[in-house]
This record gives sequence, structure tokens and C-alpha cells, in this order.
Amino acid sequence: MNTIIFRTMAPLIVAIMLVFAVYICLRGHNEPGGGFIGGLIAASAIAILGMANGAEATRRALRFDPLSIAGFGVFIAGLSGLASLFTGSPFMTSIWLYLELGETVVPLSTPMVFDIGVFLVVFGTISAISLGLEADGGEAS
Amino acid sequence: MGTFVLTDALIQTTTAVADWVLVLPLILALLGAAAALMLRKTANLCFLLAMLVVVAIIACEITLLLRVFESGPLSMTMGKWLPPFGISFVADLFGAGFALAASVVTLVVLVYAEGERGQGVDDNFHAMVLLLLAGVTGSFLTGDLFNLYVWFEVMLIASFGLMVLGGRPLQLDGAVKYGFLNFLATAFFLLALGLLYGLLGTLNMADILRGAPLANPAAIATIAGILLLAFGMKAAAFPLNAWLPASYHTPPAAISALLAGLLTKVGAYALLRSLVVVLPASRDLLEPVLVAIAAATLLIAPLGAIAETNLRRAIGFLVIGGIGSVLAGVAVPSLEGVSGAGLYVFHAMLTMTALYLVAGLIERATGATDTRHMGGLYAASAPLSILFLVLILATAGVPPFLGFWPKLLLLQASLGQGGWSGGLLAGALLINAVLTLIAGSRLWAHVFWRPAPGGATVLPMARGAVWTGFGATAALAALIVAAGLWPNGLFEILAVGAPDMIDPARYVEAVGLAGVAP
Repeated sequence: MNTIIFRTMAPLIVAIMLVFAVYICLRGHNEPGGGFIGGLIAASAIAILGMANGAEATRRALRFDPLSIAGFGVFIAGLSGLASLFTGSPFMTSIWLYLELGETVVPLSTPMVFDIGVFLVVFGTISAISLGLEADGGEAS
Repeated sequence: MGTFVLTDALIQTTTAVADWVLVLPLILALLGAAAALMLRKTANLCFLLAMLVVVAIIACEITLLLRVFESGPLSMTMGKWLPPFGISFVADLFGAGFALAASVVTLVVLVYAEGERGQGVDDNFHAMVLLLLAGVTGSFLTGDLFNLYVWFEVMLIASFGLMVLGGRPLQLDGAVKYGFLNFLATAFFLLALGLLYGLLGTLNMADILRGAPLANPAAIATIAGILLLAFGMKAAAFPLNAWLPASYHTPPAAISALLAGLLTKVGAYALLRSLVVVLPASRDLLEPVLVAIAAATLLIAPLGAIAETNLRRAIGFLVIGGIGSVLAGVAVPSLEGVSGAGLYVFHAMLTMTALYLVAGLIERATGATDTRHMGGLYAASAPLSILFLVLILATAGVPPFLGFWPKLLLLQASLGQGGWSGGLLAGALLINAVLTLIAGSRLWAHVFWRPAPGGATVLPMARGAVWTGFGATAALAALIVAAGLWPNGLFEILAVGAPDMIDPARYVEAVGLAGVAP
């Protein structure tokens, strides 16, 4: 499995997959996609990197522990629901902000923040599992 | 069909900030769990964070309880959608009271676990405990059956994680049994939900209350039967109780105390909520089954406790016996019956947790888990023996402890019911009390009173660890004794809360579905 061809191509594949994952996550509000599927794609990228470079090197490349990333995801998803406390609405009510940048309008919203949270949860959890499986006999923590 | 206007489906009134006490306990627990997961390498900080979060949750829940007590059930529907489109959270006195008991129990266990640190309670502990609390709080406060399923899953994930912390082979064995049977229960739950949604087109509890009387009674009763199977499994009612004694003794004592205090009680609460409040007509059809299950659970569980020599497994059977009492209340849903079941759930959360915590202290003092290798502990620690005896008496329902009052109410209810079912339940409740007393005092005599058998040792305990563990347990026991001696506050809450369970008109009104045609 760990041939020189694979090891050479892996960073390229991983980079493309990570960019694509972000794209899928952001287009998810009105079209097929979203945080969950984006997170899965990003986590598969990390799994490929783990196969090519080894789990330990991948962990270092991630900088943050995958489970902490997942925790951060839950945290910002929760906070995105909390924002509606200040608009006199129930929990999880969406708040929209339309940013006008030159000719286009960029809609920003709390559901987007929630979706990014979901992305991080899926990404962190699945990465932690795959890196744990790829480490030879090591403890996944 | 007119044109669809989005604002017709949205809540137009502003939500008062004060209403957020309903969802804050849940949000705090979830955010706390997330933060604890990020900070899990620093156990001291995690402990501090978890304590702060749980204290804040308790403060919110006391506010919530007082508010519901004064002005009736409180509801909030997420995302500004009108019920039944949005997910409703509803707190009535039963839900709010149980949520409060759950967080108090969690606080005690957090303090107790500090004394066990380094003994299998490792760095994911606090995150998992807060996640479990989030699941339990969500279950008690949600007003939507599908949402209840979601919180069951959250609880399952967290409890599964807690059960394998430390990763000893015995724990994995227990966790597999626990996990498999609970997955099966949630699968049945989901099946029932699918059928119910197909039949009524809604899973909002208040909306079901309006729709169910118009639907085919046989179909609804079938769904109620599947729900009884699913929640009965969760609550460890006979004959679906095998997973509980097989798994609760395997993790560290603090964890098994938390699981014993919270998990089965959520199952019992779900039975109470779904059968007594939401589908009362189907409950009436299922009554003979309920009576039989309640009586069998009441009678067989303490026999298991008498036969068992492993201390924590024996206590597991006492937990199951308690579930029989709650089921008796579900089987006789008069005002006394529902009050008794509710008060029993409240009592069992505190008492069962305390019992497991004491068992943990005993195991630490003797270094054994089997009562055959214990003995003579009275000489080593008189306070511990008093604590254990008090909790055993509370479990059996001996006055003046907290366990007496719900048993009294349930006894009144079953005698008031009359007929064969009332007589059977009253007899089962009394025999259960006697058998529980026998099982408990037998355990007490073996562990504390008889001279230590050959080879049994009393280990010297590290002082600091003992004081946190003993102090936390004693505080919880003091709460149980105090609540038993001055039960007036609890009875005042029941006097308002139980009628709302039997006639949930105020509940439906709080959700905002009163007077609207289904």
C-alpha cells in the first residue's frame, strides 16, 4: 500500500479534498452538501494522509488534537444557537447578516456557524477514529 | 388552500429572556461537555469547569422549578417555529424536579470522583459526565418524542463511554451487554415513533394528546405496547432487567453510581410521560400487563439481591426493585399513584446513587468486591456502617427516610384501586419492602457486623481521598434524611404537579396548542 507513487500523490489528493470539503460545507445551505458530508470528506483526506505519512506525523500536521477539534465544533454549534438570546427569540432561531461586497451580497448566518460546528465535530471524530486505527497498536488519545 | 405565507408558521411574539431558564441547563451542559473535551489534558481545570457548570445548571433549575410551581408549565419552541413544526421544550413540575435531582446527583458524583482520580477515572471523565447530564436533562425537559429519542442516544453514547473508561476486560464485557440491549431498546423506540408519526403525523407530545383520541385505538395501543417494551428495557423492568446487574458493577464506583442514579430513572420517567400523560387511553388497555410487570419486578428483584454475593451486583437488583415501584404507579394512575411514582423516581435518583457511592467506599476499604471476602468493617469505620444502614432503610421504605413517602402513596393508590390488581400491587409493594430489608440487612451484616473472614483485610485509606468521597456521600445521605423528615415541600410540589400529569390541559396550553383543531 505505502508505495512511492502513493506517498508522492497523497499530499496533492489531500489538499484538493480539503478545499473541496470546505466548498461542500459552505454550499450546503441551499444545495446538496453541508457540514456533515464536508466533515466526512475532510476526515477521509486526513485518513489518506495518515496512510501515507503515518499516524504520528499526521497528528503533528494537524496541530490540534482531533477530539479537541470535535469539542470545539460542539462548542461553536451551541454558541450559534445561543445568539438568538439577544433578539428576543427562542433558542436556535437563525439570525442573518447580508454583507454587501461590491457587486455581490454575501449572506452570513448563525445556521452557517452551526454547520461549521457540525463540520468540525464530524471531522474531529472521524479523524480521531481513523488515526487511532492507523496507529500500530498505539492508544488513540 | 391559500398561498403559503412563511410568517404563518413562525412565532410572532417575542420570547422573554427569563424563559431561557428552560433551555439553559441543557445548553450549559452541552457547552460544558465540549469545553471539558477540549481541556481534557488538564484534569484540575476540567474538574473546576464541570463544578461551575453543574452549579450554574442547578441554579437555573431551581429558578425553573419555582417558576413552574408558581405559574404553571413553561414551554419554548426552538427556532421560532410554531409548535408542532418546531421542537418544543416543556417543563412541568415532574420534569423540572427530576432534572434538578439529576444535576444534584451529578454534583455529588463529581466531588466523589475527585477522591478516585487516577484509579481508572481518567481524562475524558468530566466531558462524558456533562454529556450524560445533557442527555438526561434533555430527556426530562423535552416536549417532543423524537427529541426524546435523540437525548436517549446522547445518554447512550455518554454512558457507553463512561462504562469503558479505564478499559479493563471486565468493563468491556459489561459495556457490550449494556450497549447491545440498550441499542435494541432505542431501536424499538424508533420503530414506535415511525408508526406513531405515520398514524398521527406529529411527534410533539401536546399535539399527540390532541390527535391520539381520534385515531384507531388498536393501532395506538400497539404503539404504546412497543413503547412499553422499549422504555421497560431502558428502565430494567422484569423480565428485561438482565443487562443491569451484568454491567453496573464493572466501571469505577463513581461512574456506576451516576449510571444507577440517572439512566433507569429516565426510562421510568419516559414510561410515566408516554403512558400516563400522552397515551392514557392505551395505558388503560395495557393495564393488566403493567400490573403484572410491576408485581413481578417488585417481587423478583429483591430475591436477586438476596441471592447475590457481589456487593454492587446486589445493589443493582435493589435498583431494579425500585423500578417496580414506579411501574406500580404507572399501573394505578390515580392522584396518589402518579404522585408516588414521581416521588419514587426523585427518591431513587438520590438514594441509589448514594448506595453505589457507599459501595465504592466499602470496596476501597476492603479491597474486595465480593461480600464473602468482607467483614468486620464496623470496627474499622462506624460512620460508614451507619451510612450504609440509613441508605438500606431508605431504599426499603422505612420511615422516617425519604423512601417511605412514595411507598406510602403507592400503597394508598393500590388499596384505593381495589380489585385483584390493586390487591396484588399492594401485596407486592409490602413484600418488596420486607424482602429489600432482608437483602439489605443481610448485606450490612455480612460487610460490617460479622467478624472478618480469614484473609479479609481492612486497607488503610488515604485520608484526603476518603474525606472527599465520604463527605460527598454523607452530604447526599443527609439530603435524603432531611427530605424524609420534612417532606412538606415535596408534597406541595406533588399537589400541583401530579394533577398536571393526569390532566395535561395546562401542559397543552403552555405549548400553545390549546383550542386549535388538530
